[in-house]
Amino acid sequence: MDLHLRVWRQKNSETSGKFVNYELKGVSEDSSFLEMLDILNEQLVEKGEEPVAFDHDCREGICGMCSLVINGMAHGPERATTVCQLHMRHYSDGDTITIEPWRAKAFPVVKDLIVDRGAFDRIIQAGGFITARTGSPQDANELLIPKPIADKAMDAAACIGCGACVAACPNGAAMLFTSAKCSQLNLLPQGQPEKDRRSLAMVAAMDSEGFGNCTNYGECQAVCPKEITLDFIAKMNRDYAGARIRHFFGKAI
Amino acid sequence: MNLDSKIPEGPLSEKWTNHKGHNLKLVNPANRRKYHVIVVGSGLAGGAAAASLGEQGYQVSCFCYQDSPRRAHSIAAQGGINAAKNYQNDGDSVYRLFYDTIKGGDYRAREANVYRLAEVSNNIIDQMVAQGVPFAREYGGMLDNRSFGGAQVSRTFYARGQTGQQLLLGAYQQLSRQIGLGQVKMYNRHEMLDLVLVDGHAKGIITRNMVNGKIERWAADCVVLCTGGYGNTFFLSTNAQGCNVTAAFRAYKRGAGFANPCYTQIHPTCIPVHGDQQSKLTLMSESLRNDGRIWVPKSKEAAEKVRKGELDPGAIPEEERDYYLERKYPSFGNLAPRDISSRSAKEACDDGRGIAPGSGLGVFLDFRDAINRLGENVIAERYGNLFEMYNRITAANPYKTPMMIYPAVHYTMGGLWVDYNLESNIPGLFVGGEANFSDHGANRLGASALMQGLADGYFVLPYTVGDYLGRCGIHSAGKTKSDAPGFSEAEQAVKDRITRLLNIKGKESPRSFHQRLGHIMWQYCGMARDKAGLEKAIELIPELRKEFWENVKVLGEEAELNQELERAGRVADFLEFGELMCRDALMRDESCGGHFRTEHQSAEGEAVRDDDNFAFVGVWENQGDDKPPVLHKEQLVYEEVKFTTRSYK
Repeated sequence: MDLHLRVWRQKNSETSGKFVNYELKGVSEDSSFLEMLDILNEQLVEKGEEPVAFDHDCREGICGMCSLVINGMAHGPERATTVCQLHMRHYSDGDTITIEPWRAKAFPVVKDLIVDRGAFDRIIQAGGFITARTGSPQDANELLIPKPIADKAMDAAACIGCGACVAACPNGAAMLFTSAKCSQLNLLPQGQPEKDRRSLAMVAAMDSEGFGNCTNYGECQAVCPKEITLDFIAKMNRDYAGARIRHFFGKAI
Repeated sequence: MNLDSKIPEGPLSEKWTNHKGHNLKLVNPANRRKYHVIVVGSGLAGGAAAASLGEQGYQVSCFCYQDSPRRAHSIAAQGGINAAKNYQNDGDSVYRLFYDTIKGGDYRAREANVYRLAEVSNNIIDQMVAQGVPFAREYGGMLDNRSFGGAQVSRTFYARGQTGQQLLLGAYQQLSRQIGLGQVKMYNRHEMLDLVLVDGHAKGIITRNMVNGKIERWAADCVVLCTGGYGNTFFLSTNAQGCNVTAAFRAYKRGAGFANPCYTQIHPTCIPVHGDQQSKLTLMSESLRNDGRIWVPKSKEAAEKVRKGELDPGAIPEEERDYYLERKYPSFGNLAPRDISSRSAKEACDDGRGIAPGSGLGVFLDFRDAINRLGENVIAERYGNLFEMYNRITAANPYKTPMMIYPAVHYTMGGLWVDYNLESNIPGLFVGGEANFSDHGANRLGASALMQGLADGYFVLPYTVGDYLGRCGIHSAGKTKSDAPGFSEAEQAVKDRITRLLNIKGKESPRSFHQRLGHIMWQYCGMARDKAGLEKAIELIPELRKEFWENVKVLGEEAELNQELERAGRVADFLEFGELMCRDALMRDESCGGHFRTEHQSAEGEAVRDDDNFAFVGVWENQGDDKPPVLHKEQLVYEEVKFTTRSYK
């Protein structure tokens, strides 16, 4: 199929960017979206023009590196699909496709379609873990975890940290990402001893990175490639409120 | 080259306990902060090692090429992680896990290392549960297990189809904790481009900052490489796009021995290749073989009709289907080890009975019987996300029609040579995870890569790195600075190479060269190899390399984010490394595990080993550019197990 592409080009974080139009011919419908961009880049190299920089790595929907807004949708039109697993059979000959980077205050553009998501790492560093020294913990089966709780924790843990939730949110909020990790650990018995510390620290880190607030648009849930749901945000809000109250009385754990 | 494996004395089952309890030197907690350790790579091995060393009190710097340590390719492992817990009461033990791994590796792994791996496997599960990894559970709250290839017990722990992701995120969270505490400094988007030796010891690295192109020197007391495998030499593989051999190959260039480079694992259950625009192959977890049955039509005519779309596979009656794994290996059936399953698929397709449209290179993985027996709900619970993934990529519905699969390059058992302490022949250079060679022999069993990465990172390297630092002594701690001799030469070499790549200004893109190399490798050094083909490849690769250095076109500038330059550097190394793989495959004049030389097969087409002449680790030493490398041998001595012909019948 032949396509008209409008691609965001930006030299680096200091300069401003713009859309550039490209015509691309002979794309197989079995190709993935990123393979389509590979073809574009090979053609640009042939012509001596600098190829489009974009983040990608595993190309099987799990590393969370790919990050494109396609025709205004983070990760494109397919439900529960990262860009790398989006295939060109969902497009038709002659389509115009607009490709942009994640756009959010906390994710500055590095080049073309690549953004800096370091803020996510810093949220995890603030409290997205269980303090468990490498050594000899108790036997794994001594800790019984009811299946529904383990399953719920796994639902949250499926987050790949891609940042689509932030890109889709009109407020640029990172509530879905933060609540997924916070809830996973707060649900599990292993996570109880530092539950309050975790909730307070992760929310504080999220705020200080410049992410916006949640006003229940729900766009994040709609674009999440791993179908993380809004109820984790509700859970984090509850955990956070409880921690704040206990903190006020000097009883936070 | 000194290849002393340093296997400790004593009975196999006591070696590690005695070694870490008595032999290994300790560093006083107050002195640890005076040492600086570099860890390259942030996957299971690197992430776990950096976190644990940081936790012990060492100053650690960790480097990765991705934008976050959470994206290392360990994340893509789907099926599970083995441990000898015997939670299923089916007779598992540390010895059985050890034995299965040695046997699965076709008697080409180092016995003592493998025993240690089996021994610490149980600690790994305990550790990961303590960190909050949400493994699958039964209703009673205990951990669930599944079966995997090459074993007759259920010892595989899993977190849906995302076990690698959950384990990696567990290690990443521990690493993040240490970063937050200031014990580990993390350098994302940094690529290691050279190793620096000072007085023969590994004391630093040279990196390129992938955002601004800055070349930097980093000095340390020792260097730990956990940089993964080299499957992308084949261009198409299940590896991530960025996976590369550069860090390990640069170490080889600096004198580290490269062991068994020809040992590559071709995974049996991947989605078949669809065309020449493809950039990667996608694995479908081996766990699918628990319930899926693999088959092709018995007749070539039926297979041809299926290929042309004239015959619906569901309409082929039972008696006209060849469930070839169940037929050939009745006791293991569809759970035969990966090398054997892959080769059987190739045989069926070579026989003209492949069913993928076009090339024919594909076989069926069929869930019809499992769905009839267990119901669609149960299958959806077990494999739902994998079925969805298959549907996204191929647009076919595996609940209704059988999956099509074909083998693809997946994992590399070879790697930098290490001794029992995971230290290479260069003092102070440690290698963990897929980047070393030690545990999987000539074939890796399913659910063992995660186990090895975490074993190395959590339970081996933190002890053995400390031992090296203790042996160097506190007077040496932090003494190496980045102005030491060795740094400027290495830095200059890196800069010269980049300048050279940018100045060729030829006509062909790095990707195109990579693709051409991949064709050569797959054709001559893939699932089946022979002398004539390997000799041919050893002629073709240097020609392609020469063409690369004359005609590659690398656009963009040095001092900016430049993905073409990154790729060109990696492809340049693949172009040298591919030749080393072929040389090793040619030297190893036997069949073993994933290394199948067509000259050495039984009447039934099984691999025939030559234990008298090839029971050794083949270790290659670089002799400089344009000179063939020299082979050294570490004999494999088995104290406990006896060489037997592998049989999964």
